[in-house]
Amino acid sequence: MSILFEWIVAPFAEFGFMQRALGGAIMLSVSACPVGVFLMLRRMSLTGDAMAHAILPGAAIGFLFYGLQLIPMTLGGLVAGVVVALGSGFVSRLTIQKEDASMAAFYLISLALGVMIVSLRGSNVDLMHVLFGTVLALNDEALTLIAMISVVTLASLAVFWRALVAECLDPLFLRSVSRLGPPVHFVFLGLVVLNLVGGFQALGTLLAVGLMMLPAAAARFWTSRVAPMCLLAIVIGIASCIGGLLLSYHASLASGPAIILFAGAVYLLSTLVGTRGILASWVRPSLHRTA
Amino acid sequence: MQDCLTFKDLTLGYNRHPAVHHLNGAVRMGSLTAVVGANGSGKSTLMKGIVGILKPMSGSCVVAPGHKLAYLPQQSELDRTFPARVIDLVSLGLWPQRGLLGRHRADDRRRVGEALSAVGLEGFEKRPIDSLSGGQLQRTLFARVLVQDANLILLDEPFNAIDARTVTDLIALISRWHGEKRTVMVVVHDLDLVRQHFPEALLLAREPVAWGDARETLSSANLLRARQFHEAWDENAPWCPSGTTATPTQRSALSSDPLQPENAA
Repeated sequence: MSILFEWIVAPFAEFGFMQRALGGAIMLSVSACPVGVFLMLRRMSLTGDAMAHAILPGAAIGFLFYGLQLIPMTLGGLVAGVVVALGSGFVSRLTIQKEDASMAAFYLISLALGVMIVSLRGSNVDLMHVLFGTVLALNDEALTLIAMISVVTLASLAVFWRALVAECLDPLFLRSVSRLGPPVHFVFLGLVVLNLVGGFQALGTLLAVGLMMLPAAAARFWTSRVAPMCLLAIVIGIASCIGGLLLSYHASLASGPAIILFAGAVYLLSTLVGTRGILASWVRPSLHRTA
Repeated sequence: MQDCLTFKDLTLGYNRHPAVHHLNGAVRMGSLTAVVGANGSGKSTLMKGIVGILKPMSGSCVVAPGHKLAYLPQQSELDRTFPARVIDLVSLGLWPQRGLLGRHRADDRRRVGEALSAVGLEGFEKRPIDSLSGGQLQRTLFARVLVQDANLILLDEPFNAIDARTVTDLIALISRWHGEKRTVMVVVHDLDLVRQHFPEALLLAREPVAWGDARETLSSANLLRARQFHEAWDENAPWCPSGTTATPTQRSALSSDPLQPENAA
């Protein structure tokens, strides 16, 4: 029992930085994982990755002028993300080009711009910070920002839930009964940007998308309804944060990648043993019903 | 009798090529009209134009005030892999009454149950939609139309890949709506079905070929004309000399405030 306490509870009980990391990571999970579920259900899983790259130049411009400061980098990331989301959204809705192609074009331009801006001033260490974050160095500012993003995200999901489901399931039907279809799409992209920006201080631009997508993808193997899928994704996200932080603490590993790798392990396990996973599709049931 | 839908020189299309070209006329309130024509003749495009999903290239399409519209798109537009149950899909039909935020009440749930019974799907409430057959899914979508309780109903190819018994059941529902004085327009390919069950027909071949009594509309001469029209497609066709101004579809039934329930009962 005491060994369990020492391994699992003590690191969080004894060290303030671990508590802050845990608090930030849990809030991020609660917020980003349901967004990831909807990204996956809208077949936009890779959009999260593209958006994560897209916020880099904004963060880099903030970094260029103010150094490693949270507020300017966050605001910059937010603006860059919104520009890319709106730009690619408008190109796909007003022209023949599909959203995957316009998103790819915008994020590649954005990423190249970001790397160039960082290289104008910073060292590789700074670039690594922007790309991979430092969950063990979350300050009050960062925690407050993540808390605000979580509240905004959960409130938006609650308000737009019905429209989000309708837009995924039968977009033409939604357009026939409401004008909410296009605005909801942009609100949703805004939530994606917001959560990636919230995650980049903790996990970096590239790993923030991991916490968004891996728990969502894992949850898909266990349930076939949207609300339970979102809840399960949050649980998997929180478990991955706790597991990853402990792994990082005990094995002296980089904390961000440890969290994402933990979520990755849960995903791989789910693909295998989930109720809708590989093994379930192989096992021949011993009984079958009459109708 | 009053008109429910009025088309004034309506042209709808894509990339400057018309799919529906200069349609004039009106759909009477309480009428049952089959929209017929070959693939690519503009039937689905017309439906999208009426709903307001597609803006006119020229002319206008006006829905008379006070009409609540229900639109059943082709099944291919629906994401069948989405993790939803039959009851979730049918409950979407409550949108006109409950909007984005209104709670679904006990009475709403009763109506959803009744709609499922009416289409012969009692007990299917909790079935995932990815486990339904084509016919069962179409019945589910008809149940959603029932729940919408609209007085202008547009059905886009509802009988595609559907077995004979299901077609008979769905035709009975359409006849019931017609009996209740709702205005119904249905895109149909089976001309015998149109002759048997639809009083009126609109024959499209991009151009409106004929419109009126179903049997007269589907005469051999009209069908031949439709085929000739339809095959006259040209990538480099000259510009149409007539009207270029467009008026978006006017939907008096749609609220301007997207957060409010639309067509509130």
